[in-house]
Amino acid sequence: MKKVFTTFGFWKIVAVVLMTAGLYSTYVRYVHGLGASTNLSDQFPWGIWIGFDVLCGVGLAAGGFTLAAIVYIFNIKRFEPIIRPTILTAFLGYLLVIVGLSYDLGRPWNLLRPWNLWNPHSVMFEVAWCVILYTTVLSLEFLPVILEKFNLHRTIKFIKRISIPLIILGVLLSTLHQSSLGSLYLIVPEKLYPLWYSAYIPVFFYVSAIAAGCAMIIFESFLSSRAFNRGLELNLLSEIARVCVVMLGVYATMKIVDLSDRKMFSLLLQPRVETYMYWLEVIIGVILPFALLSSAKIRRSPNGLFIGASLVVLGFIMNRMNIAITGMEGWAGASYFPSLTEFSITLMIVTIGFTAFYFIAKYFPVFTYEEHHEKEVAHAGVAWKRDIESVSQMAEVNS
Amino acid sequence: MSKKKALLIDLTLCVGCNACQAACKEVNKLPGDEEKSLSPTAYTALQEYDGVFVRRMCQHCDDPTCASVCPVAAITKMPEGPVVYDAEKCLGCRYCIQACPFQVPRYEWSSTTPRMQKCVFCHERLAQGLPTACSEACPTGATKFGDRDELIKEAYERMNAEPGKYIPRIYGEHEVGGTSVLYLTSVPFENLGFNTSLQTTPLSQLTWNALSKIPGIVSVGGVMLFGIWWITNRRDEVKKFEQRMHDRQQNNGSQ
Repeated sequence: MKKVFTTFGFWKIVAVVLMTAGLYSTYVRYVHGLGASTNLSDQFPWGIWIGFDVLCGVGLAAGGFTLAAIVYIFNIKRFEPIIRPTILTAFLGYLLVIVGLSYDLGRPWNLLRPWNLWNPHSVMFEVAWCVILYTTVLSLEFLPVILEKFNLHRTIKFIKRISIPLIILGVLLSTLHQSSLGSLYLIVPEKLYPLWYSAYIPVFFYVSAIAAGCAMIIFESFLSSRAFNRGLELNLLSEIARVCVVMLGVYATMKIVDLSDRKMFSLLLQPRVETYMYWLEVIIGVILPFALLSSAKIRRSPNGLFIGASLVVLGFIMNRMNIAITGMEGWAGASYFPSLTEFSITLMIVTIGFTAFYFIAKYFPVFTYEEHHEKEVAHAGVAWKRDIESVSQMAEVNS
Repeated sequence: MSKKKALLIDLTLCVGCNACQAACKEVNKLPGDEEKSLSPTAYTALQEYDGVFVRRMCQHCDDPTCASVCPVAAITKMPEGPVVYDAEKCLGCRYCIQACPFQVPRYEWSSTTPRMQKCVFCHERLAQGLPTACSEACPTGATKFGDRDELIKEAYERMNAEPGKYIPRIYGEHEVGGTSVLYLTSVPFENLGFNTSLQTTPLSQLTWNALSKIPGIVSVGGVMLFGIWWITNRRDEVKKFEQRMHDRQQNNGSQ
């Protein structure tokens, strides 16, 4: 017990330090401008705030729409126990993307301008609209947790009634903007290194976001099971890991087909920074976790699952950073490395995310699903068992 | 309907006197002395490559990449040619800077209300029937203002009049769908910092290929998702019903 307390105390100190540094950087950013606070330039106008806070922030929140589709569209109800923390992760993710954007945008007070100033030819316009709408959808998807706390069952009933159209809308919006974050780079065929530039970059963004979203579900479940001393839904998570493996396989296959179509295989052996970074990204984010999570034994062990999922998340972050930074540096001729201010603001935003998750999960019924719905879950469990039994019976008959 | 205007910049005639930049700064009220590269206070600048002066400025594309990427349509192409920017609408996302194939837009990084800055093709002067300030100031005729069609014709005439003098190409005639600033030179464009491998169709086509699929994705995807839900939900209901019947039978049996 004492040990738990000291680890928690350690993280509390880290959080306070990061928040303080971030607040000071916030002052520098808004009082002295982007030039004084960042290493951005006309040659390199998008840095870590776009690469990490936006591209990774949105991508890692993809678990929200993936799991919502699994539970409510595909009606695989046994995943319901993990839907609330996943939706919370996604919701916080999107809110923090908006926070990140308000640092990055030069004129953040115009943030909601796409509302009435339209340019349908702009990918950024589409992303802005989707992010605004999807954040609203997520807030409605999460709202029942808040309402439940205050016993507002009438409103919950109303939200439940519109939940299917809402979830379909959420899946569509996510499909659009997850892929469109990749489309942002379609306009720079001359600038983005060809290992990453492809006409199919929107599809790669979409598929990799689903894989990373699944990994985030595992990552977040593992950490919160430790923070809140609660059990781990190992069965469910190992199945999510299986979805993740499939998505990684789809991603790798598409990537190979794309490189061969564009006759770019030779680039994989060229001795340059881009090649090394690309291999690092692929080995950490695709090959290793694919090998690990393909094994049923590793999927059944909490540590194995956590390591596999962490690799996917790390590889995903490397992919987005490579596209936003490494892949663009060669053309720019200028090297970019984030300033301390940029780093500390990004770290502050991540800290806000972890802290907000901790407190919301602590004071709202995020993980108490089982208590409320024990009966239903048990019921679904029985149905599931019956399915498996009938499948194995069929297998026996066939053999 | 006024005809599309353009500038023909003949690098063989440029002597590097910088009168264009001085006139530009005066007309556009930009501070500072002579600058050697584009900046928020230099809409045009002369760069020297082994004795050849290259005048950098916005190309004023026919189908501007910057305008196509701007989420709030703060950048627009005027029918007379100028590509202009409205800071009031701007979010400051800097996608225009990221996307421009000619690396022209400059950002006021040191400002807390930053604007994107680039040549405005003296559109206010054009409206009064005047040429751009730079072309008026040019003492050698290296920068010439006129109708785009006429200037392209003239460029070919110059190339034909002195065969071998010029590189047989007008930079800006076809690049990314054509631009309103045209260059002639006797030194290969590659050696002067020009990107000569740009495609001849507008870059905005690349994103439009993806964006135009959205209505299809939304409608087909929506129907598909609803259909899947309909099937799986029905399956669930049937299962629940069967379970109930099963339970009832068991209850009846046990009674």
